[in-house]
Order: sequence, then structure tokens, then C-alpha cells
Amino acid sequence: MKAFAALYRKLDSATSTRAKQVAMAEFFSSAKADPTRWASAAWAVYFLAGGKPRQTAPTRLLWRLAVEGSRLPDWLCGECYGAVGDLAEMLSLILPEGAPRGEEASLDTWMRERLLPLPLLDEEERYGRLKLWAGELPGEERLAFFKLITGELRVGVSRLQVVKALAEVAGVDEARMAQRLVGYSQARRVPTAADFEALTGEVSHAEAQALDAGKPYPFYLAQSWSRPSAQMAATLGDPSDWIVEWKFDGVRAQLLKRGDEWRLWSRGEELISDAYPDLTPLARALPSGVALDGELVVLIPPEDDYSPDSLDGLAIFASLQQRLGRKVVSEKTMRELPVAFIAYDLLESEGRDIRAEPQHVRRALLEELVHRLFAEAKARGERLPIRISPAVSADTWEELDEKREQARALQREGLMLKAREGAYGIGRRKGDDRTDVWWKWKLDPMSVDAVVIYAERGHGRRSGVYTDYTFAVWSANEEPRELVPFAKAYSGLTDAEIREMDSIVRQTTVETFGPVRSVKPTQVFELGFEGIAPSKRHRSGVAVRFPRMLRWRRDKPVAEADTLDALKALLKGQGGPG
Amino acid sequence: MTSSPYSGFRDLPHKAQITLDLIAATDRGLHCAAGDFHIDPWRPVQRAIITHAHSDHARFGSDVYVCHRDTAPILRKRLGDITIETAAYGEILTRNGVEISFHPAGHVLGSAQIRVSLNGETWVVSGDYKLESDGVLPAFEPLRCHAFITESTFGLPIYRWRPQAEVFAAIDAWRRENIAAGRASILFAYALGKAQRVLAHVDAELGPIVCHGAVEAINALYRAAGIALPPTRLATEIANKKDFARALILAPPSAASSPWLKRFGDYSDALASGWMQVRGNRRRRGLDRGFALSDHADWPGLIAAIEATGAERVLATHGYAEALTRFLREQGFDARALHTAYGDDEDAGEAGAPPESGA
Repeated sequence: MKAFAALYRKLDSATSTRAKQVAMAEFFSSAKADPTRWASAAWAVYFLAGGKPRQTAPTRLLWRLAVEGSRLPDWLCGECYGAVGDLAEMLSLILPEGAPRGEEASLDTWMRERLLPLPLLDEEERYGRLKLWAGELPGEERLAFFKLITGELRVGVSRLQVVKALAEVAGVDEARMAQRLVGYSQARRVPTAADFEALTGEVSHAEAQALDAGKPYPFYLAQSWSRPSAQMAATLGDPSDWIVEWKFDGVRAQLLKRGDEWRLWSRGEELISDAYPDLTPLARALPSGVALDGELVVLIPPEDDYSPDSLDGLAIFASLQQRLGRKVVSEKTMRELPVAFIAYDLLESEGRDIRAEPQHVRRALLEELVHRLFAEAKARGERLPIRISPAVSADTWEELDEKREQARALQREGLMLKAREGAYGIGRRKGDDRTDVWWKWKLDPMSVDAVVIYAERGHGRRSGVYTDYTFAVWSANEEPRELVPFAKAYSGLTDAEIREMDSIVRQTTVETFGPVRSVKPTQVFELGFEGIAPSKRHRSGVAVRFPRMLRWRRDKPVAEADTLDALKALLKGQGGPG
Repeated sequence: MTSSPYSGFRDLPHKAQITLDLIAATDRGLHCAAGDFHIDPWRPVQRAIITHAHSDHARFGSDVYVCHRDTAPILRKRLGDITIETAAYGEILTRNGVEISFHPAGHVLGSAQIRVSLNGETWVVSGDYKLESDGVLPAFEPLRCHAFITESTFGLPIYRWRPQAEVFAAIDAWRRENIAAGRASILFAYALGKAQRVLAHVDAELGPIVCHGAVEAINALYRAAGIALPPTRLATEIANKKDFARALILAPPSAASSPWLKRFGDYSDALASGWMQVRGNRRRRGLDRGFALSDHADWPGLIAAIEATGAERVLATHGYAEALTRFLREQGFDARALHTAYGDDEDAGEAGAPPESGA
């Protein structure tokens, strides 16, 4: 625990990526040399890679500990929490420090023997133990301890950095390490000494095979094309060197079939097969040794549709949203919101990893496979929930730009550009702009001018500062009218602008409800978003996707902010119902 | 601007006067009507009693300034050619029958609590203060009084300082790491007070100490007041740039991300401030390290100081005044928050945007 707390402090205080990586590599390599530390190191990897166990003590108990342990009134603990913005840190700051007692327990002991069994105990027993532990741990370890409970261990380390540090220590290449780590940080997983040994060991053939069974490949992530369209020819060359596809608004996933088993993995590397039984007929039809990359969407095909190239019946993202997070899927849901897989890449064919093959070769194999499956299925009178992501063709970048403009009406996010000769990479790769990148060429966001009416304090590096705002538009053009909230956003401002807004919020506060303040409507922002859908849950009747602040409209009086009609017009323009 | 509740005050019959507070907050600052003076006014007045020389407490434009004698040179440096009267700690000045005296506050050089007494009723205005004896300044002196006007900059229980020896050991350790890695150590600290406290306690044997001009100017005043500080140099006095890699560089927080830093090559930066107690504050500034070192009282310090006064009435200024006074009320004190313009330097604000000044 001491070693882990020290690593946590180092990572937290390092500002450079390099320093963080050095700290991690040092930690892993010293752990590697000492088998008694493997189990704890396995936990460290789990947390650094983003793993979150189920919260072992409810926030209710932690709050009780804050109030009773500090002997402060509840409201004052609330003030403290507001100023710190992080419950674990607040607890480590206000609880009195006791004398360290007993012997040092390892991170593994803490997790497996103390924290994970906590939920099995009754409330008083759990509380008693928390209180005892909190009193015994010295300052630095106490912060780590509470972080283990709240699970908010983010220290600005990306998964890729963890991969790099581990690859360095193990002496294997990053691709292999990325693969070893797939699924490693799933919730409720209990990492073991053997896991750490396997992670940092050398690659043996049998081990590699065992490791690979059922695991997806690391996802290849696209980069945003944010330069002007005019630069495309100069940077990317001729459009004929590129395979262009639509960027679908769905959930990215890999579908694997190995032996008789099939698995569906999300981009967050969670196993999600169980949530999409709709895909079972497809999985059954697939040959063994196949890995498909694509997008999950809701698709309600017309009666007579037997083509894998037709996207008729593609529903808006909001429909898919109703399927997300559901663990149990009813027949009715599957009937009303059937999910299909839009395939755009083939990573494994006949059991062979073909990621190094050029994009156009992989795509040709994919088309061949899916057409064959469809022909076989049709012969059985069956329809398969899979489509091939259609290629978009044009002779010039200008022409493609025009096609991109149609994306909104088609409920798509824009275009994807994939070099014909490019391999399937790992993560968000930086290399040659012409061959090593998948480009996402998104639509310019929709936007309205909206008014800030509530503000909430942020977390992490924004703790204590009012950084999260609720935006509203006018209900009508003329009086009587009111401001109707429709979106919350917290990104898009510079640090200096955040400080300025923070002070405006404090000066214009009307009422305070816990962490939220209502403010006098004085500030207008141009609020951008990727999509808009009708919503019954929101008073405004709409829900927007990825809202963020594009520009502070200091020039605009509140009275001239946009109205609900502007949102409804965007809804119509997008082709959605409404 | 709202008019002072005391306008037309002199026309009131004598009896009415004594029912009023000895010291009250007006739109110009804390005002003692009976003695006809203000304490740390934020707008020009005739007679300004000054607790200490930080710019949010000592502002330009008053006719006469009255302060501790060690504060006077700093005031002159900052406010130019002004009229100043001085006193030693404990010396009693009398004005219209009101006794005024200065007592150590332990905040910065010359900092004082102002004790004001009339007909057996005693008020104390704390100014800014800390309880820990820092080995540089005369230690904070607890005073008995009926009413105590206290600061509350760090008036939340999350603020509990470590003993200063621990903090300086951490600063020295950070420097050793930097020296080993061949990079300079840039420590931001408020130019008046914090920088000199750091100077007096860091390990001066580790390498040269370079001070920003704003810090060096105050160093001279500390030395003139008889406080021993290790040798310091200006950046321009270092001939060989390689020496920077072993140096501790002390600069005011306003120098952060300024071109002045470019000359030092590879460096690690840190801030010594009470606000560094909370990780988010450090991360927001993008600093490598934060050392929670403050010349203000922490929560236990505020409570201890208040209890030691024996005062029934407590008025809290700048900081977490609302939280502190609500807590005190629940403990049976007659406590309330006073609205003042203190702590209003640079990017001051509440916890979210901590002030640079003297914190």
C-alpha cells in the first residue's frame, strides 16, 4: 500500500507524460523483481488502466465517517466537500490522523482481504472497520485508501501510457501488451499475482494462444480532421487512394467468433455479448476464426430486404440509447429496437490475424464474407443483422465535402477516410498522415446561442470552481416567455475564461442548492452539439449530444439568445421525427 | 455607492454614540468613530491604522498612515511619499480617549493586531495572522478582548498545516531531486513575507539562491530590520547559466509563465501557498509541486486564537467568513461575517480562485 500510495503521489504531481511513464516503469520493474509484490502490482495495473471495482462502501457510509470522524457539523463537511471537489481527498484532509498501528499491509491484502469483503458485512461492522482503518493510515496512504473505495483514481495516465510502461518492463512490443491488457480492467475482476506475471513475462507460443482466445484486438481509433477542407488534396493526395465511408452514430464494437464461441466487445473493452442477443443468428452463421470491427445500430429493415448493402430502416442514435446499459433484453425490446452490426473491417480471417494487410484487401475479404453469409442465409429463408458499411465514392475532395453535408439528413456524423494501403493500427496512432491514420471528417456541429442559468462545481483539476453550466433558450420570441433549460456543458472554455465565469457565477448567484447555484441570466454562449433528438424526459422536448461551448457571446444580450423554435428547426433539418 | 450608516454621525447626541460598536464596517473600511480613525481602509481616509503592508490592507490615498515601525519602510516602498506615524509593539497611542496599540500577528514583517480600547471595552482587529512561530517574526500574541475581528482566509477544516519543519524538509527534498536531475528549482512565493520565511529556512548549502527583483527588494528591508537571511542574488548576477541548474529561484506568483523564466533552462516549478493544500488548486495551475505553507492561520489556528481572546463577539472578514461564523454561532458565540475588500488582490475569490496575496 505504501508503494502504491507513493506511486499515486508521483503520478499525481508529475506534469509531464515522460515523468509519469518513468514513475510507472520504475514501479512495475521493482515489483517484477519481487514475486511477493506481484499481486499488488496486478492491482496497480488494474487501477491505472481504468479499472473500477464495485464501490465497496457506499457514499452514505463515507459521509457518516466524515461527519462523525471529524466531529464537525454536516453542513460544514458539505462546505469542505465543495471546496475540495473530491470526497476521498476531503476525507483525507478533515479526519484526524491517528498513530500508525500494526504492520504494513499490501495493496493486494487491502483489496482482497479488507475492502472487497466489506459489502458482505452489516452496516455497523463496515462503518467500524472504515473508521479503524482511516485512523491507522498515515496521510499519503489515507488518500490512496479512500480513492480505492471511491474508485476515482484518475491521475492523468492514459491506458496507452500504461501499455508503454508495461511493454518496456516486460520487453515485449506495445501491440502485444495492448492485447494482454484487453479486458484486464473489467469491473469485478480480481487481478492476481499470476496476472502480473503473465503481463510482464516473455511471450511463449502456448501462452500467446491462450491469451488470445476470446480476446479482441486493440481498437484502431480515428483522428479528427480539423484542418480546412482545402488542405485535403495537399495532405492526403488523391481521393482514389482512400476508402471513404460514412461515420455512423452508433456504438463501436468488435464481434469475434472463435470455435463455437462468439463475443462482442465494446471500445471500452467490456464484454457486451449478453446485452445484444439480437446478434446470435449472425454469430451462429459466422465461420470460426473471424474478428469484425464495426458499429452497433438500431436497424428495422423493410420486409423484403435481403441485401447486406442496404441501410434502409436505420434508426437514430436515440433509439440505440434505449438499449444501452440494459442487462436483460426482452423479446419486445428486440422486436421494437432490433440491433444490427454495420461491419467496416475484418481483422481476423480463417483464424489468421490480417491487420497488417492493406485496408482494401481487408475490405474485399469482408465484402466477400458478408455476401456469402447472406446468400447462405437467404437459402435458409433467414435474414442476418449485419450490413457492410457502404463505400462513398467521389472524384474530388470538393465532391466528397458535398456528400459530407448530406450526413446530417442521413443521421450520420460525417465521413471516415481510410488509406487504401493502410494497416489496422493500435489506438490513436500518430504517423504518416497518408497511411497511418483513420480520419474522421465530421460535420460541423449544430449550434444555438444559449443562456447560462445554473452552475455547478467541477471535479478533479476543476474542483471548487464553477465549471459545469446548464443552458437554456427562450420558450418564445416574445413576452410572456421563459428560459427553458435543454443542455449541460462543461468543455470549451480556456482556464482564464473559466476563472472569469467562476467569479460571474459567484457574483450573480440567486440561490444555492447544494453544489448547484442558480444564477441571474447574464451570459450567452454559442453552444455546439453533434446531434439532436426528441426527448420526453426534458422539458424542452429535445436532447442534444456532446454539447460544448464554442464561443462566449459577450456581444449578445440575453434577450437575443435563441428560442426553442431554433432547436426544433435543427431537429427537423436533421430528418428526425418531430 | 451606498452611504455610510455613520454619515451625520457627529450630530448624534453623546448617549447614542456609546450604544454603537466601537469598530464597525463602513464603505471605506473598519471604522472607529470614537477615535476618528479607520483600520486598513480600502478607500482614502484621514487617518489609516495599518495592520500590515500587503496591498489589500494598505492602500493608496489616505492622509496619515499609522503602523508598526517595521511596516513603515515597506509602506514607503509601496505607496511612495506618504505621511507615516509609527509605534513599537505594545506601545499605547491615545486618541480622543481611545487607546490604540499594536501587537505581533506573526504574518509578515511589522504585521500587527490592532487593540482598541475605550472605557474598559476592548476590541481587537487581527489583520492577517498565523499562530505557528516561524522563527523569523515575533510570534503571534494572544490578546483578551470583548470583540474580535478576525480574518478567515483558510476558515475551513480542510486547512490544517503541517509543522513548518516538515514543509521545508519537503522543499529541500524537491530541490535535491532537481539538482540530481540537472534542473533549476523555481519556487513561487509571495514577495512580502512568504519568500523571506522560505529563505530563512531552506538549506542554503544546496546551491545558489536567486531572487526575482520584487523579492530581493523586500529581502533588503528584512535585512535592514535585523533579520538574518542567507546570501541571495539577482538572476542577472549569475554569469554562468549552468549554475541555475543547482539554484533555488524565488519569484512572486505573478512571474509564473512570464518570459523572465526563460533564462533558467530546464526547471521544475512549485508554489508555496496554503491553497496548495487542495490538489485541484495545484493541478489547475499546471505546477509540478505545491507546498502547503501559509502565513495565515489554519482552521485549528483560527479556533484557538478566537477562544484565547475570551471574546463573546466575533466578526470575521475575508475568506470563509460565512462558514466560520456559522460554526462559531453553533458553538454559542455571537459571530457574524463582515463584508470587506480584503483578500481582493489579483485573482482573488473564494476557494476556487485563491488569492495570491500572502496566502
